[in-house]
Amino acid sequence: MSERTLEIEKPRSLKNFFFQWEWFLIALFVIINIVNSLLSPYYFTADTFLSTPMNFLDKAFLVYPMMMIIVLGNIDVSVGSIIALSSVIMAVSYNAGLSMPLAMVLCLAVSTFCGFINGFLQAKFRELSSTIITISTQIIYRGIAYIILEDKAAGKFPTWFSFLGWGYIGKVPFIMIVFIVFTILFAILIHKTRFGRQLFAMGNNSTACRYSGIKTENMLISVSTIMGFMAGITALFLTSRMGSTRPNVATGYELDVIAMVVLGGVSTSGGKGRITGPLLSIFIIGFLNYGLGLFNISAQVLLIIIGALLIVAVMLQNLRFDKSGQKSGAKHVQLKR
Amino acid sequence: MSEYVLELDHISKSFPGVKALDDVHFKLEKGQIHALMGENGAGKSTFIKIITGVYQPDSGEIRVDGKPVVIRSPLDSQKLGIAAIYQHVTCFPDLSVTENIFIGHENVSKLTRKIDWKTLHNRAGELLEKLDADFSPQTVMGSLSVAQQQIVEIAKALSTNARILIMDEPTAPLSKRETEDLYRTVETLQKNGVSVIFISHRLEDMYRLASSVTVLRDGRYIGTWGLNEVSQDDIVKAMVGREITQFFPPRHAKIDGEVLRVEKLSRTGYFKDVSFTVNKGEIVGLTGLIGAGRTEVCEAIYGVNPPDSGEIFVEGKKVWNRHASHGIKEGIGYLPEDRLKQGLVLDWQIYRNVSLASLEQFGKHGFMDEGQERKIAKTLGEKLEVKATSVHDKVSTLSGGNQQKVIVAKLLTRDMKVIILDEPTKGVDVGAKTAIYEIMNHLAEEGYGILMVSSEMPEVLGMCDRIVAMREGRVSAILDAKKTTQEEILQASMVLYQGKQEKADKQEKKSEQKVKESQP
Amino acid sequence: MKNSQSSKLSDNARELGLLGFIVVLALLFQLRNPEFLTFSNLRDLLNNTAILGVLSVGMMMILLTGGIDLSIGATIAFSGMVTALTVSAYPTISPILSLAEGTLVGVVVGVIVGFLVAYCKILPIIASLGMMNIVRGLTYLVSKGKWVSAYQMSDGFKAISTGATLGISNLILIAIVIYVIFAYFLSSTRTGRYIYAVGSSPDTADVVGIPRKRILLLVYTTMGALAGLAGVLWVSRYASAQGDTAQGYEMSVIAAVVLGGVSVSGGRGKVIGIILGTILFGMLNNALPLINISPFWQQAIQGVVILLAVISNVLIKRNNDRMTLRRRAI
Repeated sequence: MSERTLEIEKPRSLKNFFFQWEWFLIALFVIINIVNSLLSPYYFTADTFLSTPMNFLDKAFLVYPMMMIIVLGNIDVSVGSIIALSSVIMAVSYNAGLSMPLAMVLCLAVSTFCGFINGFLQAKFRELSSTIITISTQIIYRGIAYIILEDKAAGKFPTWFSFLGWGYIGKVPFIMIVFIVFTILFAILIHKTRFGRQLFAMGNNSTACRYSGIKTENMLISVSTIMGFMAGITALFLTSRMGSTRPNVATGYELDVIAMVVLGGVSTSGGKGRITGPLLSIFIIGFLNYGLGLFNISAQVLLIIIGALLIVAVMLQNLRFDKSGQKSGAKHVQLKR
Repeated sequence: MSEYVLELDHISKSFPGVKALDDVHFKLEKGQIHALMGENGAGKSTFIKIITGVYQPDSGEIRVDGKPVVIRSPLDSQKLGIAAIYQHVTCFPDLSVTENIFIGHENVSKLTRKIDWKTLHNRAGELLEKLDADFSPQTVMGSLSVAQQQIVEIAKALSTNARILIMDEPTAPLSKRETEDLYRTVETLQKNGVSVIFISHRLEDMYRLASSVTVLRDGRYIGTWGLNEVSQDDIVKAMVGREITQFFPPRHAKIDGEVLRVEKLSRTGYFKDVSFTVNKGEIVGLTGLIGAGRTEVCEAIYGVNPPDSGEIFVEGKKVWNRHASHGIKEGIGYLPEDRLKQGLVLDWQIYRNVSLASLEQFGKHGFMDEGQERKIAKTLGEKLEVKATSVHDKVSTLSGGNQQKVIVAKLLTRDMKVIILDEPTKGVDVGAKTAIYEIMNHLAEEGYGILMVSSEMPEVLGMCDRIVAMREGRVSAILDAKKTTQEEILQASMVLYQGKQEKADKQEKKSEQKVKESQP
Repeated sequence: MKNSQSSKLSDNARELGLLGFIVVLALLFQLRNPEFLTFSNLRDLLNNTAILGVLSVGMMMILLTGGIDLSIGATIAFSGMVTALTVSAYPTISPILSLAEGTLVGVVVGVIVGFLVAYCKILPIIASLGMMNIVRGLTYLVSKGKWVSAYQMSDGFKAISTGATLGISNLILIAIVIYVIFAYFLSSTRTGRYIYAVGSSPDTADVVGIPRKRILLLVYTTMGALAGLAGVLWVSRYASAQGDTAQGYEMSVIAAVVLGGVSVSGGRGKVIGIILGTILFGMLNNALPLINISPFWQQAIQGVVILLAVISNVLIKRNNDRMTLRRRAI
């Protein structure tokens, strides 16, 4: 019997280090900011980089849970509707007499429940794709918002409520602090915990996971429920920034969020991705929007750019991962997207 | 004019590491039904793939109607009038029978591009009638039973004017009555001038339909006989008759106490009333043909695909496994049959695969401790002698045998009582096989109970203490490995020709007797 | 041939059920509001449903291949806006030319979506989501944020949808023609059957040699063409072209198609089914206001309809599979 030893040390390759997707994203970020600065003389100040994100960080809360969903190999187009419904319920219940803190809790409860329903349906009806399930719930959730509020607006929140979306702690916006906290939490959850490990395992080969004792149905439900909760967080900050709400808020949010995740290097076939990519993408797209505003480009042109960006980002990921060949235990056995 | 419609001479075919066919001969007479027999891995499917153009032989000659031909692709094969029907029907389940038969070559009016449904349905109807089908051509394919779908497959072959039809284990998924129907269909084909190569493990099929039988063993041609010249025992002997030269480690494990017991385990459509026990230190073999239900029984015990009824006891305690995690918690480990799809995450490193079934053990409070993962992977990997450089190596780069070792390592990360191995040496080279046998032996000596699904006779006889033979979803015999023979095991797995009812009853009594004898 | 009669009944069971449901619902609506089953109301219903009908044929083909297209609302708006702008600039343009122009615009969009799905291997949901935004943005760009209203449109243009030929409203006529053409295409041509095959089993399709990518491209292009056509009909009917025309309309189309029995996993669906589904859906939209249910309930009802329809499909299939297993006498 020969003595055979296995290396424990992680192989460090210089080439690997430099061929990371995040370098490309960093370069993109730098380019965008350089272009922006050409238009605005006082661009490179702390104020720009601290205040501008307040415009887009509300959406950012959705990016991490969406990343988890895409890593699983699924998708969720109902997030905008969940935001609308929970925000509307919060406003209506506050105006009906509920105290604001309780209304905020209700907002989170509603959104978490919506996410739970998404996960529950996907777990119990595995034959149905997450596409069709979240398309249906997208319509239902926003539909309920319309039933409740029709085409009216609701608001008149207490003045302290605007602190969420507009307030500062020292020089730093409150929303950014909350964002940083969640970034750390999700980074740990996705990359350091058992939960995260199961996530990537399922995205790679959910059959092998089932055979290894991983409770795949519970994972589906948990991930969707987390997405619901974070949609509620977004609803809180978005409503705070707008001061009021209507049933048609957050329309199209899912597109932006999915674009951010995919641009961040997460492949739609699942199983791969690092949180740093989507994190950078949030700021890339955020500052891109800001810059386009400086150029006086309308919101509608923005739609075109984000739409094109989504498609290009997916094509890039497809090219990146095509070379590594087929994944084992094809997820598409029985389950379609 | 040759009397033979198909001839193969001196056909050899090798793949990296294995010689699949070695100087094989075969002759098919016109209008004959010719049986091709051999164990799993004897080379039958490679042989078929050469005739249907999927593979090209390394050497040898193929002649159709006496003329030498080169079959470079499935299309060539089809043009020569050769068609094949396999166990698993590939079809369009939502389309009609007619469409499944004719898709790609429908009758289309030249002017309006309109499909002439009337003619197509009529043609399909004629074919179905010829085959004595009891359904109409308009029926949706997905609503047909497997037997009926097979008839459609045959009709499809006939629609391309096939003169040579290969049927690969066509009766495996069929019930007794459906099998009778299939026999009639095949005889009708013969009357219509089609020559048939019939592959089946069921001696009954063979005796009912064929006039000649050719036996392959380990890729070699053993012989061809007329069915009136040879007995069932002779055929079985020809299929298995090899010397057991492979090395099996001497078995010293002490067999002591029951660790696993299943009673009347059933799952609709897969297996029924399965009962047996496994003791500590014992290796029990689970044998049977494809479709016998062995893997399904294992998955039921483990919990991945729970049974519909029956009871499972681990160390005397009744368990209720509805999920693999339950099975793991009760101390049952399972090495799946399909190691690539069910056992490993190919894109991942060794250490991440090793920890996959016991993630909670590698870290506290829900966090993952990668350092510990790598350490355990190193320890287990070295103990099992996995041929790799580092625990960071991707599992996709390992050989089959080493991949199996990684899965075994995964099982060993927890305290197991019973280990179920489903075809552990399938697709594994000789050196790794020996290593796996030694691992199994060690595990038995350490007191585990081992249940091993295997189709290889030498392996079963060399490693097992007792053998549970399954046939068509039921246990047909429980044999003592020291006292039984390869032939007896194979006969228990195959469906024998029931000459007279007495003979059948006698055989039933014999198996029951054996079951009683081998209970400890 | 003993199975043929029983299978014919079960094959059409779903369509018969839908028809029965429509009849029952119509009677219930009539009880609540006797205005429902009047000639003028029914004519309104059919006119409203005509555009939905045109689109549902295209969406049906996409669902048959196992895909989806969320961009059609945007395509309707874009094609409508382009044709409306053209007409307001060149009022003498023939209505036929406007129809052709709109259809062509739709074709371009459809070709791009189809290319992304078939050849770039992008998921249909993502490709169509992205295009939805691109095309909607283009609509706003092209219109410079302004509306095109009735007085800017020629009478000929407006008559496309509001006019009648041979006594039947143009809209209904066009819908009937489209249905006839595609019913024929899907049931009687080789390419039409290939669409079913690709959705039923993409792997078998490859094995048999069906040009799967070309079929996918064709399906999305056709949807685009129909959406483009619908765009012209839409702005002509409502005599207005806006940036947010038909926003979210794709959901109504999906609801009508799914209601009509088309499976979202592909391979199953009948034209008669979507005709019934469209009528049922149109009926719901028409009747609910008549029985005093606020229009704000429409969206939620739509979503519930889709969800219930796809779930019931799953449950039926599970039951069938269980029956098949039981037949395997062990």
